[in-house]
Amino acid sequence: MEHIPILRMGEFLLVSIQVDMHDQMALKLQDDLSNAIQKNASRGVLIDISTLEMVDSFIGRMVADISGMGRILGAETVLVGMQPAVAITLVELGLALPGVATALNVERGMALLRRKIDGVGSDADSITTG
Amino acid sequence: MSNVLKKSGKEIHAAWARDLASNQAGTKGRISTNELDQQTSEFMQLLTAVSEHAKGADISGPDFKAIRDFLDGVSRSRVQQGFSSDETAMFIFSLKKPYFAALRSDAGKDADALADQIWKATELMDALGIHTVKAYQKSREEVINRQQREMLELSTPVVKLWDGILAIPMIGTLDSARTQVVMETLLQKVVETGAQIAILDITGVPTVDTLVAQHLLKTVTALRLMGAECIISGVRPQIAQTIVHLGVDLQGVVTKANLADALALALKRTGTSLKS
Repeated sequence: MEHIPILRMGEFLLVSIQVDMHDQMALKLQDDLSNAIQKNASRGVLIDISTLEMVDSFIGRMVADISGMGRILGAETVLVGMQPAVAITLVELGLALPGVATALNVERGMALLRRKIDGVGSDADSITTG
Repeated sequence: MSNVLKKSGKEIHAAWARDLASNQAGTKGRISTNELDQQTSEFMQLLTAVSEHAKGADISGPDFKAIRDFLDGVSRSRVQQGFSSDETAMFIFSLKKPYFAALRSDAGKDADALADQIWKATELMDALGIHTVKAYQKSREEVINRQQREMLELSTPVVKLWDGILAIPMIGTLDSARTQVVMETLLQKVVETGAQIAILDITGVPTVDTLVAQHLLKTVTALRLMGAECIISGVRPQIAQTIVHLGVDLQGVVTKANLADALALALKRTGTSLKS
């Protein structure tokens, strides 16, 4: 079965979703990622969805779930590169993803992750509190 | 019917043109006598041509294509010249009087034939008149639609205030369609420019009710999902009162009274400092 690769970069994990996910794939990713966080003792997870063009309520909820799982396992999760159409769809679906940190691109996402882990720049983190 | 048109077409045309000119005395300046004359003579030609092989008053057939197109054109120009719908309809209906007069003089004493002829003629005239009004209405709707589209485009400019800071000054009442456009243009712009902060300025929004507040919140949430921050500025005292009275929860959205304050906050967030 095809799966989404999880890349380790130091204390971070990188996930880049580049295909339209179906439900099975999403569940597998959830499983893989939570295992990988534990195995590598990762402190941060960065999920890039810049090429994801379609979302449904299931995928939306799954993204929120992954973020929640990451937090429980002690890893901060940042979602980066959401397309306008996807953002609008999620809002219309009523999935505001509260508590999920977001950033515009991978670069900003990494910076945000570092700040979160270093525990500084709480002012800049205010995006996530919405 | 066609005989009469052929025989006394000139007289009918002259009388019609005279009637039109006197009827439209109040609308002088919008259309020249020349133009009117051209339109009437062209219509007479088309009518004469079509009445030769036209049977009923069904004007949807291919025979009537030329005359329909002509009336469409006339209606469109009437819309542009600012004529009302009744003035436009009178263009056709005022032909009845001279036409019927010609039919009468043609039929002589034969009342049955005259009644028959007049009924046929009136049926045709009515159909043409209704077509004119329809075309008039269609043109008007086109104008309104175009204006609506233009208004949507005009009312949603996204301006770059600073490096990484966008502002969108919203003017006029916010409805679902407009918010959608605002949201899409703003989000697209955020992607293009990589902006971190967007300022929604609602100084020009006259009223904020629960629906408008909900639209604003949606925009803010969508921006947050994309990783940009949003500040709402230009909240007038009246609007602040309304929002509180309505019990709308702005869910921790940063709001400021004016654009300057919002910009100051945005600069602080992006780590830019200004020397005065």
